[in-house]
Amino acid sequence: MARSVTQNRKIINTSAAWAVGLLIFFPILWTILTSFKTEAQAISDPPVFLAFDWTLENYGAVMERSNYARFLWNSIVIAGGSTILGIIIAVPAAWSMAFVPSKRTKDILLWMLSTKMLPAVGVLYPIYLLFIKLGLLDTKFGLTIVLMLINLPIIVWMLYTYFKEIPGEILEAARMDGASLKEEVLYVLTPMAIPGIASTLLLNVILAWNEAFWTLNLTAAKAAPLTAFIASYSSPEGLFYAKLSAASTMAIAPILILGWFSQKQLVSGLTFGAVK
Amino acid sequence: MGQIQLNQVTKSFGDVQVIPPLDLTIEDGEFTVFVGPSGCGKSTLLRLIAGLEDITSGHIAIDGTDATDVPPAKRGLAMVFQSYALYPHMSVRKNIAFPMRMAGIDQAEQDRRIEAAAKALNLTDYLDRRPGQLSGGQRQRVAIGRAIVREPAAFLFDEPLSNLDAALRVGMRLEISEMHERLKTTMIYVTHDQVEAMTMADKIVVLRAGIVEQVGSPLELYQRPGNTFVAGFIGSPKMNLINGPEAAKYNAATIGIRPEHIDISETEGMWQGTVGVSEHLGSDTFFHIQSGLSPEPLTVRASGERKLKYGTEVYLTPQADHLHRFDQNGLRIE
Repeated sequence: MARSVTQNRKIINTSAAWAVGLLIFFPILWTILTSFKTEAQAISDPPVFLAFDWTLENYGAVMERSNYARFLWNSIVIAGGSTILGIIIAVPAAWSMAFVPSKRTKDILLWMLSTKMLPAVGVLYPIYLLFIKLGLLDTKFGLTIVLMLINLPIIVWMLYTYFKEIPGEILEAARMDGASLKEEVLYVLTPMAIPGIASTLLLNVILAWNEAFWTLNLTAAKAAPLTAFIASYSSPEGLFYAKLSAASTMAIAPILILGWFSQKQLVSGLTFGAVK
Repeated sequence: MGQIQLNQVTKSFGDVQVIPPLDLTIEDGEFTVFVGPSGCGKSTLLRLIAGLEDITSGHIAIDGTDATDVPPAKRGLAMVFQSYALYPHMSVRKNIAFPMRMAGIDQAEQDRRIEAAAKALNLTDYLDRRPGQLSGGQRQRVAIGRAIVREPAAFLFDEPLSNLDAALRVGMRLEISEMHERLKTTMIYVTHDQVEAMTMADKIVVLRAGIVEQVGSPLELYQRPGNTFVAGFIGSPKMNLINGPEAAKYNAATIGIRPEHIDISETEGMWQGTVGVSEHLGSDTFFHIQSGLSPEPLTVRASGERKLKYGTEVYLTPQADHLHRFDQNGLRIE
């Protein structure tokens, strides 16, 4: 009796989880499906779900019109670069906050987070001017720096939470064993925090990859990443849903694949510290 | 060499002074135990010596040179932590090698010392395991191995046995004493367990609220406790302390008598009492005797064969030459 109740509950829970999952995934699924339709089928009413003439012509058209590889390369450099740079800066910052906290550490953490609450457009103007002055407009370097700064609070927060879980005595042992600060961070703290650092890395690559506001506003052609690639299909010649979908699919595919293969790492990373 | 001198050392956390000005000298090669109830500042004192905490004022000298501002890595001391604090991502071999790697000792010498330490500590078969795959006792051995190989001026132990079960603790206690006899290196050992203090120490430092209550060899402290705190803290079971009119008869505010220095008789004696709980240990028997002399029952040690029923009326006689007298400030009267 009790067993069948738990069995039923399990079925209900699983179905509910799948329903929510599909609901969240549906827009992406629809985009992918639309990318294989003709432009006419893409806007047909009622919409067709699977029974359409599958075609690759949109992909061909997109590849012909734009240099996908260049956008992809820009995205990889900007997302990867900003994340690695961010981690390099955040590890020492999180170390000091986790292991030698001062009275103000909590305030600093909150203050850092508060910068994420400011609407980005609020600082667009000063940053844009700064970029012009420094000649950083439409450069991968400039964009890498901006995205690193944007995500830095999140990187520091995540690493701080991981580091908090590492017993301070182990670091003290390293100090007693003659390790300098650099050696302590490099040989003891970082290897112990690898799982945490890895999930921070993943999450921030995804965030940086998907970041659209700054990438659209601070690039023109040279440094434009995949977000700009998608955007270029939504405006000038009116709306071509199928081609837009094909471009979107191509833009999100790499990160979707990365996310798929690292989902275990990501989930354990995001719940780290919450459940022990 | 490893002489450690504390000169007017104090430590405050914010406004709270945990160590008032303290002077202490630990001689080279000595096994010194800091003992006291939890919160007495013994671990803090050890961490000050280690350099893991900064002292608020005063000076620390190691082998005569001022080490007050020397970082822990440069003090040449090795520490064994209560939690073992092994590096979980390294094998036992790498754990033990770590301090030598930091010191830049060449590989051949590293291997030689690792083999020697592993052999001495029975770890040879475990060198390629991770700490997570070891038992508590083995982990503590690795921690000790890691401390030995760097050949420190002194070893610092911070309650190293508290996480082990009772049987293992006795074994490790002997191993550490054995190691001290062999290496003759200065060791400072922090514990709240007065049995560990008594059995291992050359010199015991009894601490209470950051203040050194008494310093001396285990037997000195046992036989001539300087005050009522040390009298009550050193020795198991505890010394019986009696206040009031009975103490006044001896011109003291408090008198103390150890359980083994009270004779028990069913017919005659100085103090009358009723037998409460008896603890039969086989070798000895401890009787807890209710008397009007002190709020707590008096503990009396008798031979293992001695049996007295609960509620029996008995008489107790303290052995006069083993009676300790203390004044109203709790200080010993000679």
